[in-house]
Amino acid sequence: MEFSRRDTLALGLGAAVLTVLPFSVSAAAEDAIAEFTGGADMADTGVELTAPEIAENGNTVPVEVSAPGATAIMLLATGNPTPGVATFNFGPLAAAQAASTRIRLAGTQDVVAIAKMADGSFAKASSTVKVTIGGCGG
Amino acid sequence: MASGVKPRVKVPKTAAAGDAITIKTLISHKMESGQRKDKEGNLIPRSIINRFTCEFNGQSVVDVTMEPAISTNPYFQFEATVPEAGDFVFTWYDDDGSVYDTTKPIKIA
Amino acid sequence: MNYKAITAIAAMLTLPLAAHADPDDDTLVINEDIEIVTKTAAPAHLQDAMDEIMSGWHFRSDETQAMEMDDFDNPGMVFVEKALVAWDTADGTEGKSCADCHGAADDMAGVKATYPKWNEAAGEVRTLQMQMNDCRENRMGADAWKYDAGAAIDMEALLSAVSRGLPVNVAIDGPAQSTWEQGKDLYYARTGQLDLSCASCHEENYGNMIRADHLSQGQVNGFPTYRLKNTKLNGIHSRFKGCVRDTRAETYKPGSPEFVALELYVTSRGNGLSVEGPSVRN
Repeated sequence: MEFSRRDTLALGLGAAVLTVLPFSVSAAAEDAIAEFTGGADMADTGVELTAPEIAENGNTVPVEVSAPGATAIMLLATGNPTPGVATFNFGPLAAAQAASTRIRLAGTQDVVAIAKMADGSFAKASSTVKVTIGGCGG
Repeated sequence: MASGVKPRVKVPKTAAAGDAITIKTLISHKMESGQRKDKEGNLIPRSIINRFTCEFNGQSVVDVTMEPAISTNPYFQFEATVPEAGDFVFTWYDDDGSVYDTTKPIKIA
Repeated sequence: MNYKAITAIAAMLTLPLAAHADPDDDTLVINEDIEIVTKTAAPAHLQDAMDEIMSGWHFRSDETQAMEMDDFDNPGMVFVEKALVAWDTADGTEGKSCADCHGAADDMAGVKATYPKWNEAAGEVRTLQMQMNDCRENRMGADAWKYDAGAAIDMEALLSAVSRGLPVNVAIDGPAQSTWEQGKDLYYARTGQLDLSCASCHEENYGNMIRADHLSQGQVNGFPTYRLKNTKLNGIHSRFKGCVRDTRAETYKPGSPEFVALELYVTSRGNGLSVEGPSVRN
């Protein structure tokens, strides 16, 4: 297979988009994070996000968040038209600072969980979920 | 009140004092996102459940703020500590002002 | 940008999504109680085509599979609960409910497993929904339910739920045979601009990918099925309609004699699998 210079450039751009896209966070998502954290730094450990690598249908994607000792966990779908999904506020009778739910994803994207810990610090976890287009619509 | 809304919860009937139990909840609701259009191309207004709470004897277990990205028939699973016998109260708040609730008692075995 | 470059980019996009489409070896037990036969030897009439028959459950992801393993996690059961209320509610001019004649819904265990079925008095093969409407019109004095729509599919899901774990066992001989033959002809008839028969996908290519989805054997033992795609219960005839439409053919209507025959034939291909509906699929 031979490529012209223009083709190669296009390929490079395509690859660049591929590399960047899954990790880009929309402005709306950044705003939501800033509002939740007040702009504080976020640790890489302390919150766990469990989501499928490939979702069979973006309409119903099972996810689980867990952050021992957190007072709240915010869940964001960074590639949705509006990134907010849910914020779990844990009360004194929560036996674990963890919850599962089912969410909508508009397409392949990063799902982000940010935990607010009891000491006021924050932790962040992120997971890329590929949303398949399906075969027969039926 | 949106039609056909029915809360369902799964809570053990008994627990030992201080036990952690798993609770599952599911409420039948369309969760209209506000992003969809009807056949004429008009935006269908958002109509979702925007908050869910679980309390035990007046103390909070979990209080969830919900956005349109929560799937149809919202489902939650979480864990609660049972310090004594009493009632779990589950409450869902609809955009249209409706409030749906259900209560489950639990005994100490 | 020319075709080559586009293809190369497309290949890069596709690669990370490549996945095995083979059915898995998991076992399905619902509510830690009801054992579901999801793989078994093909019935005699099918043995020239395949050795083993498999529920569509095996072709789904672990997450989707798990939703069917507990009635609370299965959103299809919400509709079963609605049907349970309807079961006990009187309707029509006779003031009768289903329960007045049939007793508890649980007492109907096994009924779903034998439908579609020859009805001697009517002289035709009937689906469960046709039989339900016979009850409604002639015993209850109520309006017939629209085929595969809300109330009808909910009730079919209830009757399926109480039969879960029992083997599908539809009769294909005797008076039902000619309808079964008609259904078989439809199954193997290529239709539409894409010139596909049911067999093209579900007999010759199950286990392969069709775009980003897994092709199953097209078994219907899990119907009615709750689909994540449209978050409601879907009937067998509605699924047939979707498939035929995808071959770019004019489709038959839900409830039509052609789809009744096809339902009998496709159901018979699953004789020996457990009744599994309401199942959860993508």
